[in-house]
Amino acid sequence: MRVKVISRSTDEFTRERSQDLQKVFRNYDPALRSQEKAVEYTRALNAAKLEKIFARPFIGAMDGHVDAVSCMAKNPNYLKAIFSGSMDGDIRLWDIAARKTVCQFPGHQGAVRGLATSTDGDLLVSCGVDCTVRLWKVPMLKMVDTNDAIGDASQPSAVYTWKHAFWGVDHQWDGNLFATVGAQVDIWDQNRSEPINSFEWGKDTVLSVRFNPGEPDVLITSASDRSITLYDLRMSSPARKLIMKTRCNSICWNPREPMNFTAANEDTNCYSFDARKLDEAKVVHKGHVSAVMDIDYSPTGREFVTGSYDRTVRIFQYNGDHSREIYHTKRMQRVFCVKYTYDGTYLVSGSDDTNLRLWKSKASEQLGVLLPRERRKQEYLDAVKERYKHLPEVKRIVRHRHLPKPIYKAANLRRTMIEAENRKEERRRAHSAPGSMPVQPFRKRRIIKEVE
Amino acid sequence: MASAKPAAEQKAMEGGEQEALDEMEKKVHKYSRGKAAYLGTLRDKKLKGQLAAREKLYGHSAKAAVQTEKWLLPTEGGYLEPDDDGLEKTYRYQQTSLREDVDLLSSRKPFDMILPLLGPYTLGYTGNGRYMVVGGRKGHVAMMDMLNLELVKEFQVRETVRDVAFLHNEQLYAVAQKKYPYIYNRHGTEIHCLKEHGKSLKLQFLEKHFLLSSINSFGQLHYQDISTGEMVANYRTGLGRTDVMRVNPYNAVIGLGHAGGKVTMWKPTSVKPLVTMLCHSGPVTAIAFDRGGHLMATAGVDRKVKIWDLRKYEVINSYAARAQSLDFSQKGLLACSNGSQVEIFRDTGGQDYKIYMKHRMVKGYQIGKVLFRPYEDVLGIGHSMGLSAILVPGSGEPNFDTFVDNPVETSKQRREKEVQSLLNKLQPETIMLNPNMIATVRPSRKKEKKTKKEIEEEMEDAVEAAKSIEFKKKTKGRSKASKRAKKREEEVLKAKRPFLEQHKENDGRPDKKQRVSEEIELPKALQRFAKSRQ
Repeated sequence: MRVKVISRSTDEFTRERSQDLQKVFRNYDPALRSQEKAVEYTRALNAAKLEKIFARPFIGAMDGHVDAVSCMAKNPNYLKAIFSGSMDGDIRLWDIAARKTVCQFPGHQGAVRGLATSTDGDLLVSCGVDCTVRLWKVPMLKMVDTNDAIGDASQPSAVYTWKHAFWGVDHQWDGNLFATVGAQVDIWDQNRSEPINSFEWGKDTVLSVRFNPGEPDVLITSASDRSITLYDLRMSSPARKLIMKTRCNSICWNPREPMNFTAANEDTNCYSFDARKLDEAKVVHKGHVSAVMDIDYSPTGREFVTGSYDRTVRIFQYNGDHSREIYHTKRMQRVFCVKYTYDGTYLVSGSDDTNLRLWKSKASEQLGVLLPRERRKQEYLDAVKERYKHLPEVKRIVRHRHLPKPIYKAANLRRTMIEAENRKEERRRAHSAPGSMPVQPFRKRRIIKEVE
Repeated sequence: MASAKPAAEQKAMEGGEQEALDEMEKKVHKYSRGKAAYLGTLRDKKLKGQLAAREKLYGHSAKAAVQTEKWLLPTEGGYLEPDDDGLEKTYRYQQTSLREDVDLLSSRKPFDMILPLLGPYTLGYTGNGRYMVVGGRKGHVAMMDMLNLELVKEFQVRETVRDVAFLHNEQLYAVAQKKYPYIYNRHGTEIHCLKEHGKSLKLQFLEKHFLLSSINSFGQLHYQDISTGEMVANYRTGLGRTDVMRVNPYNAVIGLGHAGGKVTMWKPTSVKPLVTMLCHSGPVTAIAFDRGGHLMATAGVDRKVKIWDLRKYEVINSYAARAQSLDFSQKGLLACSNGSQVEIFRDTGGQDYKIYMKHRMVKGYQIGKVLFRPYEDVLGIGHSMGLSAILVPGSGEPNFDTFVDNPVETSKQRREKEVQSLLNKLQPETIMLNPNMIATVRPSRKKEKKTKKEIEEEMEDAVEAAKSIEFKKKTKGRSKASKRAKKREEEVLKAKRPFLEQHKENDGRPDKKQRVSEEIELPKALQRFAKSRQ
């Protein structure tokens, strides 16, 4: 008879010295783990709850400006540096980590309307309502502590005066050109005192401009005649124009899919377009209850942040029709400009209350270096949350956001109005000849026409 | 000749490879949770891609688990095999010779504790099999560390003890006493008296839900959450007094055996039993569930031990035997106790349970309870004269998972596990017959429509049946041939009618009103006028 029974000597299964790590034994047999799905679901639910508890997105405010913050620019050389311009003509360079002003750039007489940095990060271009474009050399950011750095004023390396007030500026990626907008679109060279090229299509003011990150010669502008216009610098005239029912305040290209761009519209929505196919929006991002003032993409191109006149900052997925996250504080007023930092971890918002605010892009993320074990645990919890996200309880917790009362009420009112509008249209359709009022998707409804 | 040899070799090699592949597939099957979803009918390409990627991932993880098995599962399972001559039988093999043949460490595991004054004894193990709590009928409660064979604490409660059960770890255990169940800690201090349960006869603890369930002498089933103290459910079974209760480890459903021969299954969120099955033609004496959740063993006073398939609720096997107590081991061995004898059955393939081992206690001992010790090849026996343990090779799971049950856990690990298990505590609603139902879509209840042909066939059968009705013989000309023919015709028409109506429904021919509205295309607002004209 051959016989054997399970025999475990304790020495093999426990540690020898108390300094040793405990021995861990794994057996992945599903029979050992009964009711797996119920356990996973419970974990997903708990993870969703904990995420809610740990959601503390606001890091701090940076105050210093004496008037509303009107524009911002990121510095590609320094992760923790950001430029901001205000309505009284003040331009500041901030250290995000210390939340202090590093240096100031005085000179503008009226509001600063546009800020842009060159791709190499050495040059800052500013423009404003005083009809000047100023070029500044960006000072080397010292790594030492910046407590006494304030008051380190610099002089512009060039000042160009032009014949109209400016509304925005953007610098070309990998090149020497930059574009300013106002009464017309002007293309400047860094070394010339006059624009090398000017475009005009219609008589209205152009509000914003962005160069394409993939194709250096392509740029896009939005104007107060409710148009979005595409330009190609290799051609002598503008390429295409799209007219919508309301105007776009700001535009941003998706850095990872440079044929796509998203426009922040006055009608509270954002519209993502494919630049090759302008007759309908790819996605309509809804959520804000007032005009969207500014938009910026995350460097990953999967998300973008918007700031709005309704005093909130929202984060959207690049293909999501509703916001993933809503940020607000009691003291934050109308948001005029937002930026995603280059590492995709933080957001900066500039608002009417003269402050810049710093936010986390993932509200409940733990900052700092994670241990591998912590990271794996987080990944696991994210995976189970993803798996059970459709179950009602998990969905409810993940979706829910607390909103300030005015915004909550405004959202309700908006919903009522939209529903009433839809109902009315439905009735009209019912009372008219079949086929005379075709149903138009919302992606097309706000577009009037496309002009070549 | 020269070419034949390599060909044969190659063939042998291929055979070997094939065998290895088969072996691999079998092992992968163990780790994969069901068949892969069939994605052929999906029209959404994006979803299809995502699901395909996920299925691939599942396959990879199962394969990875198989490949690391060699290193992760170091302990080999126990076995008892006769030599090849076929004369030896495993059930003739005695415990005394077994004890001589195994290693020194294992030979210390079987024991006989003679405690004649306070018996009969009942016993319970912790989930990791390290600690044992025993209760003597006459008030003796003791807790033992079975790894070091030490007595942790023993005391006398001075009243009847009916059952003992560990809660989530060895720090707490419940004892069903004369009037109420009580909870004690490992030092024997009384922590709680659960008066609401009443005079409970049997206790069971649902580990993942932190529910202590009891059945009392009035046949009331109680569920109490021991982490919050809340009484989750209290149901009258209405089937009389019973002390046959077992929890199904697969889905945490509680099975009760009743005096009428019925077995009922309960969950805390339903007043009525989930399942009621008539298993025996006399009182049910014992019930046990397999770890896999598909097998149940019951024993009755009608001298039957039956093994049931819980997916079909059908008997797989029925044996003529008496059993006072039944238990399935982790590896699927079934222990039955009868008087002073324990028999252990083993699945010999195809769910055919054959005798595997036999053990006879001293004549006159009455065995009250048999219980396999988890993660060990040991069967604990509580009987009228004390406690015993015997070796049963191949009964326990050889490899434990530190994060599931750890027989050698330290106090720090135990504390960590307590916190984790409280965080993952399942709600009582998650108890259901099929635990994999969670997060699946409920299938639509649409009744399947019969096809035209099926309806016709049914109608023909009904007509045949109507034709062949024999009429009573009646007087006064009422049984004339013409009358009978007429009657028969009526019967046939009667039989046909329901089928003809079905036909009409199935034809899909819309009634007149709808036909008009389809023909004349009107604006929606005017359609109501078109309808009213009809």
